[in-house]
Amino acid sequence: MSRAARRYAMTVDTRLCVGCKACVLSCKAENDVPDGFCRDWIVEDVAGEFPKLSAEIRSERCNHCTDAPCVKACPTGASHVNEGGVVLVTHGKCSGCKACIAACPYDARFVHPKGYVDKCTFCLHRVKKGLEPGCVAVCPTETLTFGDRNDSSSAVARKLASRRWKVNHPESGAEPNLFFLV
Amino acid sequence: MTPTLLETVTTRANPQIDPVLHVWGWEIVLYLFLGGIVAGIFVLVGALEFASGEKPRSHPLRLMPFVALGLLSLGMLALWLDLAHRFWAWRFYAAFRPTSPMSWGAWILVLIYPAGLLLGLGGLDDGQRGWLRAKTPRFLLALLEKLVAWGDAWRRPLLFLNVVMGVGLGLYTGLLLGTMPSRLAWNSAVLGPLFLASGVSTGAALLLLLTLDEGERKTLVRWDAVAIGAEIILIGLLFVGFATSGETGRYAAGLFLGGPYTAVFWSLVFVMGLLVPLVIEGLEARRHLPFVVLAPVLILAGGLALRWILLSAGLYSAFRLLP
Repeated sequence: MSRAARRYAMTVDTRLCVGCKACVLSCKAENDVPDGFCRDWIVEDVAGEFPKLSAEIRSERCNHCTDAPCVKACPTGASHVNEGGVVLVTHGKCSGCKACIAACPYDARFVHPKGYVDKCTFCLHRVKKGLEPGCVAVCPTETLTFGDRNDSSSAVARKLASRRWKVNHPESGAEPNLFFLV
Repeated sequence: MTPTLLETVTTRANPQIDPVLHVWGWEIVLYLFLGGIVAGIFVLVGALEFASGEKPRSHPLRLMPFVALGLLSLGMLALWLDLAHRFWAWRFYAAFRPTSPMSWGAWILVLIYPAGLLLGLGGLDDGQRGWLRAKTPRFLLALLEKLVAWGDAWRRPLLFLNVVMGVGLGLYTGLLLGTMPSRLAWNSAVLGPLFLASGVSTGAALLLLLTLDEGERKTLVRWDAVAIGAEIILIGLLFVGFATSGETGRYAAGLFLGGPYTAVFWSLVFVMGLLVPLVIEGLEARRHLPFVVLAPVLILAGGLALRWILLSAGLYSAFRLLP
């Protein structure tokens, strides 16, 4: 029986996240992210009117969009879709024109001090070895889940099937693969 | 050893990204401005010759294809300075990405050089050709003669090709921004024709600052007025497009209608860069008043302001800033 192509995705359980920032620190250590830059980050949204306030904490990163505007905008082919739909940047092909940065609906990219554009890779180098991305591996509250959403038996697919979820800026039309469980 | 303090950032504050995107600066503005002028020059030089049926009468106009290529080179230098990975610039020419306007632009820029060079050589008069022959090193003379012969033999196809290239370059400078819907103030296909019309107008303004044949000057003033009229209509359509495209469009329109770009856009671009020069050119034509350089200067300043303001507004406008 044929199986749909692998489609990596991540869920962020906003009811579990306490904003401890372990995911950010793990990413920095795993990927040698330069000081002052973040490939993933914590957003704390507070809404409502005092004293009736609600807070939502989200661990955010590149959304590895299915219809990635950054890949379309890239003039050299440095930004590309890799295994499992993961969007990567080939450093040796990147001219640093920043078209992909302007095209990204999530402002998830930045110029690395070495000149090329950098971003979250879903730690594909770890995933290829059967490991979880660095941020997922250290999350103490099991907020983050990573896997193949086209595999109905994966934890990610089961969470997406059983929980209510949302994505950031669906109006961008980019079909993001970072899902926030609500 | 002196202890060092390392502060680890965990809420995003990426340089050039936060608090608002500011990845592109004066280099891109200058490039878009010069690219527009060059597009306008090629369109106008071709259209003038098609309309009159003869080569340019005024001396400076015959040299304009070469001047245009010089301005384009200056724009490309600015573009190169903007690159973060400058010595990988050659990567633009190791690929052609049909979905990327920047890739189209990179290739159009390369194709415009030989076409513009042949157009320029074919337009030179005998005196200018003699001067060029005297200045050309002996080993390049045979090549020069061949290029001049091609420029003469293929004059009309070259004119047509340069008009097409000019239109392509002018459209591209706008579509470079207009095909990035993630920046809400750029989310409009109207930017392509708007930047083309502005390019024709600023190109005409630059030509009007030169000493031209009276007939050529009058034709250029008339065409410039048409280009300015087209710009005003296209700016109207830009806002109609914003008004009919939901929350994101309303946010983008709000930047210019009460938001932070209101004063600069309507005063520098619309009034000083379009309306005032249009009135001056209209008065000159109807009342037969002597030509004044004020109108072309205002048009050039307005064209620069249009690109600077639209670039800044686009970088400023992101989904995450929506209310």
